[in-house]
Amino acid sequence: MSEEMWINMGPQHPMTHGLWNLRVRVDGETMTAAEPIVGYLHRGWEKMVENRTYPQIIPLADRLCYGSSFTWSHLYCLAAERVFNIEVPERAQYIRTACIEMQRISSHLMWLAAVGTDLGSYTILLYGMRERELFLDLMVELCGARMTYNYVRIGGVRNDTPPDFERNVTRVLDTFEPRIRDLEALCDECETFRMRTIDIGKINAADAMNLGLTGPSMRASGIDLDLRRHDPYEIYDELDFDVCTHTDGDCYARYRVRMDEMRESVKIIRQCLEKMPKGPTRVKVPRCPPKGTAVARVEDPRGESLMYMVSDGTDKPYRLKVRSPNYVNLSASPAMLLGNKISDVPAIMGVLDMCIGETDR
Amino acid sequence: MKVIIYDKPDKSEEEVAKAIQSKFPGTVEIVKITPRNIIMKVKREGFLDVCMYMKDEVSFEHNSCVTPVDYLDHFTVVYHISSYANHLMAEVLVDLPRDDPTVDSITPLWGGANWHEREAFDLMGVIFKGHPDLRRIMLPEEYQFHPLRKDFQVGRRV
Repeated sequence: MSEEMWINMGPQHPMTHGLWNLRVRVDGETMTAAEPIVGYLHRGWEKMVENRTYPQIIPLADRLCYGSSFTWSHLYCLAAERVFNIEVPERAQYIRTACIEMQRISSHLMWLAAVGTDLGSYTILLYGMRERELFLDLMVELCGARMTYNYVRIGGVRNDTPPDFERNVTRVLDTFEPRIRDLEALCDECETFRMRTIDIGKINAADAMNLGLTGPSMRASGIDLDLRRHDPYEIYDELDFDVCTHTDGDCYARYRVRMDEMRESVKIIRQCLEKMPKGPTRVKVPRCPPKGTAVARVEDPRGESLMYMVSDGTDKPYRLKVRSPNYVNLSASPAMLLGNKISDVPAIMGVLDMCIGETDR
Repeated sequence: MKVIIYDKPDKSEEEVAKAIQSKFPGTVEIVKITPRNIIMKVKREGFLDVCMYMKDEVSFEHNSCVTPVDYLDHFTVVYHISSYANHLMAEVLVDLPRDDPTVDSITPLWGGANWHEREAFDLMGVIFKGHPDLRRIMLPEEYQFHPLRKDFQVGRRV
């Protein structure tokens, strides 16, 4: 029996995708303990927003995660609308839902590209980034920015869709849908990809639920739960889509769930475009909300994200708490890591879809 | 392995609220019931028992969030606990006096609360009794202050 040893993987390490540290104790090559350390990117977001007016926080919420910024600014506006107690026009709700799903696809594609490089396939990176660009171009057309959109407003969205937007989205979806098959072929039919993901980083349903895993990582452990259907917001209760699950609970299952979700997202965007009514896209809101609290939770590409807002009747929030799905998923990662080889760390942590901006806030 | 499916809610919001209220009449006070959401106030002394009952008997499987709020004269710790089977989320408010911000930890029940409680301790200075590893998580170990408290002087505009 060799002596056990602690290894720091990070804060600067090709595996980490951002600034965080993973301390692992290894016995030979097998991990016997693991401890993620975060906080290198802590910006004091929750303190910062206490000194900003409500509309000033929207661009800050965008910057919580550059990969899925639309979901974060949308979540902030959803929570603020519940504090202000206002209804959003129907057309704005449809635009938002379509954008959230486009954001989900582009976030998943970026995740796939990152996993590709982690597992040594540069082709997956290039193909993933190429498809992602299609959706970023659509967002540029809609609001002028590639990643931090600043598009959602409290009470609607900033502007209506440009002319021909519907046609362009349909074109992109028609191009993208058959290409999902190409992306899958790159991964599924690659022997090394399968060897590095199947039966690696297993977690069972009971542990996943107790440790607070949410999103694709939880659905991969065989729990059929999606907040879009479970606690519907915007117009998800009027749409028809499936919740993708898998039962194996390993890295490969998590990858499969995300690939299937992209297909469902395409379906949702098509339905939104079909049903989208005409009308206004934004309502006026007062400067100060009434006193009270509100909570909103949505299904982020990474899991359940939640915002809890306390208003004291002034134009600045008294307290705004962010529950980042990645923060909790990362705290559950030791359960997946233990017993695996140290060479499996990039696969396990890569498939979790790390984003330090929202983890550290 | 089978997929665990939660398609229809087992109990309505009122039934869940009534079950908890009647089990702990002196400790729990239901503040508000809205669709898919229950807000209740729980006294600090019986808090852990209420949580245990919620987890074991009323199937609250998931702890979403732990939020400490500083109201200057007292702290309120807000727990968002979700029930997958009943399709709802309970908002549990626990008031703590400002000079003794101590509450029982729920990490032994829901492992997902671990880092939320560490963060609450780090940024707000709330102490969770029975937490397995209550250390600072965001700020360096040697810091002497809790920046999310309202009496924390930020100096310049943050």
